[in-house]
Amino acid sequence: MIDSTWADIVIIGGGPAGLAAAVAAKKNGAGRILILERDRELGGILNQCIHNGFGLHTFKEELTGPEYAERFIRQVLELDIEYKLNTMVMEISRDKAVTAMNREEGLFEIRARAVILAMGCRERPRGALNIPGFRPAGIFSAGTAQRLVNMEGYLPGREVVILGSGDIGLIMARRMTLEGAKVKVVAELMPYSGGLKRNIVQCLDDYGIPLKLSHTVIDIKGKERLEGITLAEVDGRGKPIPGTEEFYSCDTLLLSVGLIPENELSGGMGVELNPVTSGPRVNESLETSIEGVFACGNVLHVHDLVDFVSEEAAAAGRNAAAYVREAREEEDREAKKRIRLTAGTGVRYTVPETVSVSRMDEHLTVRFRVGGVYKNCYVSVCFDSEKISRRRKTVVAPGEMEEIVLTKEQLEKYPDLEEINVRIEEA
Amino acid sequence: MYEYEVIIIGGGVSGCAAARELSRYEIRACVLEREEDVCCGTSKANSGIVHAGYDAPVGSLKAQMNLRGNEMMELLSEELDIPFVRNGSFVICKSEDELPGLQELYDRGRANGVQGLQILGRDEVLKKEPNAAEDVYAALYAPTGGIVCPFELNIALAENAYANGIEFRFNTEVQEIRRLHEGYELVTDQGSFFARFVVNAAGVYADRFHNMVSGRKIQITARRGDYCLLDKSAGSHVKSTIFTLPGKLGKGVLVAPTAHGNLLLGPTAVDIEDKEGTNTTREGLEQVLGKVRMNAKNLPLRQVITSFAGLRAHEAGDDFIIEELEDAPGFIDCAGIESPGLTSCPAVGERIAGILQERMGLSKKESFNPVRKGIVKPHTLSKEERARLIKENPAYGNIICRCEMITEGEIVDAIRRPLGARSLDGVKRRTRAGMGRCQAGFCSPRVMEILAREWNTDMREITKSGRTSKILAGTNKDTWRDKA
Repeated sequence: MIDSTWADIVIIGGGPAGLAAAVAAKKNGAGRILILERDRELGGILNQCIHNGFGLHTFKEELTGPEYAERFIRQVLELDIEYKLNTMVMEISRDKAVTAMNREEGLFEIRARAVILAMGCRERPRGALNIPGFRPAGIFSAGTAQRLVNMEGYLPGREVVILGSGDIGLIMARRMTLEGAKVKVVAELMPYSGGLKRNIVQCLDDYGIPLKLSHTVIDIKGKERLEGITLAEVDGRGKPIPGTEEFYSCDTLLLSVGLIPENELSGGMGVELNPVTSGPRVNESLETSIEGVFACGNVLHVHDLVDFVSEEAAAAGRNAAAYVREAREEEDREAKKRIRLTAGTGVRYTVPETVSVSRMDEHLTVRFRVGGVYKNCYVSVCFDSEKISRRRKTVVAPGEMEEIVLTKEQLEKYPDLEEINVRIEEA
Repeated sequence: MYEYEVIIIGGGVSGCAAARELSRYEIRACVLEREEDVCCGTSKANSGIVHAGYDAPVGSLKAQMNLRGNEMMELLSEELDIPFVRNGSFVICKSEDELPGLQELYDRGRANGVQGLQILGRDEVLKKEPNAAEDVYAALYAPTGGIVCPFELNIALAENAYANGIEFRFNTEVQEIRRLHEGYELVTDQGSFFARFVVNAAGVYADRFHNMVSGRKIQITARRGDYCLLDKSAGSHVKSTIFTLPGKLGKGVLVAPTAHGNLLLGPTAVDIEDKEGTNTTREGLEQVLGKVRMNAKNLPLRQVITSFAGLRAHEAGDDFIIEELEDAPGFIDCAGIESPGLTSCPAVGERIAGILQERMGLSKKESFNPVRKGIVKPHTLSKEERARLIKENPAYGNIICRCEMITEGEIVDAIRRPLGARSLDGVKRRTRAGMGRCQAGFCSPRVMEILAREWNTDMREITKSGRTSKILAGTNKDTWRDKA
């Protein structure tokens, strides 16, 4: 067996969604909350988004990604919410046992009353677009390049073409330029940009980087390191138009061609997914098809603004806390349904005196002492008025403790049972 | 100057299988590989199929090697600790008119010695493979067909050969071969190598080396095949390998699960001039994605995670050439090894070692150990075993590649083991880190970090696949700093 503990809520992912969900759940009364984060720090993708523009809705200020994350991380620390870093969730079972792993603790399990899925999304790779050509070094997804540049200080390349004009692509055009690279062009398959207008102005226009709409990469040259790419204009159905090919020499191609919610864990535990969003199907509480399993942020559907992620995640956190509260009340009600164990004729006492079927193990040994010496007698057990067992004893005496064993299976057959009476019957 | 009894040119499956078979004997031999790793040419980009053996003409060397290789694969995969599954294969046809074609394959297979062949009707096919094309009429079923991981097979053969005393030299490209009074001089970009015997396992370049020493010229054409690889979520779409019978619409492509649970579609077949032309093409990929509908229905084509192209070494005579050259004694060709080359490699290695044994009178090596232990795959362990492994070595608790769930422990092992990985691709082929659905987006900076640490070098020196394939150009603003 591997180590196993309990938590009210386990949150999968310590990015903006996971953090906001944790804070809201805690403020709404949840007990032990545990955030499991696979990366080295809390904050998720915000840590590499060092540009500003975050938080206008949430904080009415303009923050950078790390600053925005820090606001939530501080709350997590103040509220004493537990988290584990460098920890990968391996699987989640349908009954919410979360199996996770890290260097220090190895493989362990947390049994949760509720689970919040907040794993975020990943970038679509080149293969998803079927871009033909060679496969040299120098082709990066924009987010990978962003991490290398903004968090690790490395420049992926010097002459850059960017495919995809979503916000990450636009922001990386500016970023690469500021770090000393030449961004030759940003190409976009669609006849419109996928990014915010302000980013086109501030990231491309201000730096004289051309944006080519209705264009795509149709060939990649270079066997070892990228040497260049061919762009072509596309028609209304996205097909390249012959004669419009144009070669760009470059050592780097950044792909910003879409994000996919990362739902392998959700799928693995049996959560129903929506083929359009690639995220879980949820109800008004952001609860998935599995009761007590909630989803929020980019794992649910890809958002434009982190502020909306936080808002959505806070709702998921509140709802999860409410779910846990109800689940606990239900457990308590169950627990209150206790069956009395009573000492009948000839029996002085029993230990224990009550039993809750929902809480007992498979077997419960009930020990008792008799009040005198009886020879050739019977130890009888009655469930309310029904005698259910009668065991013959040659002799019982006050000096020797006696016992009977109750099984959960047996008690479950008597849902309305109120009293179990143990007594001695003389022959 | 380096002297060996035998030099093998090429560290693909054929060269490494020959090396491993030779390592059974007392011998001083070396594999010369122009790339930084084994398994960098045809061996890394193919279907990963272990063919049953009904394709090759009766009496051909291909047929002989295919059958023997298929038969040897089971024991080999156990000895080398690599994934191999006999998942069976179907060749499906679409109408009664095509039945004779199926029958021909059946008869040829029987004549070649393939066991268990059956011709099945539509219902039986769909019962075994519910996602086979709806309009299937009948199919040839070959239970001995299988799938293997080509990377692991190639790498394991090399590791085992190395462990048994065969030397390997990487980044060493043979440029010229001179015939000496006895033996050959191989001029490389790393100096000259001398050997009494040369095994020419140079894939698409085997004709070049053959023609340097022989008057009887051969010609090898690079026949390119484009493939698409689908996510593991599509991996169980079919259980067996599904081919279509070559018909009015030309030769089809295959749909097959891979040994690691992805789904593979392809290949096309286009003869090209450029022996380095491993680029995919728009036409090629469109052809693959169009043709696969002939094999299977409801294919989730949106799940493509990568595409690639491989080159088959097609020889004009359409058969394997594995023999000592009459006009160049001591020079042994292993040429024209196209499909079923992967299947055949154990037999090809055996045949080459046999030729050399006979010529050289080699004696068996007492210490030969046929067993190679692969990299521990934590996901194959029980939770308890896995927990124990992490306790012994915490690096096995640190997931680096989140798509394939590959740990730091596996990556470090891939780097530190004999003939260990030096590049991202080297790590990828040994561990699968970076081979998953995000295609190394998340893990490549982490794997680079581990490579730099283990090889005691700078992150900026790490390559994708050796030579000039560096991943990083420099550090932020370095050009401006340099100018200042």
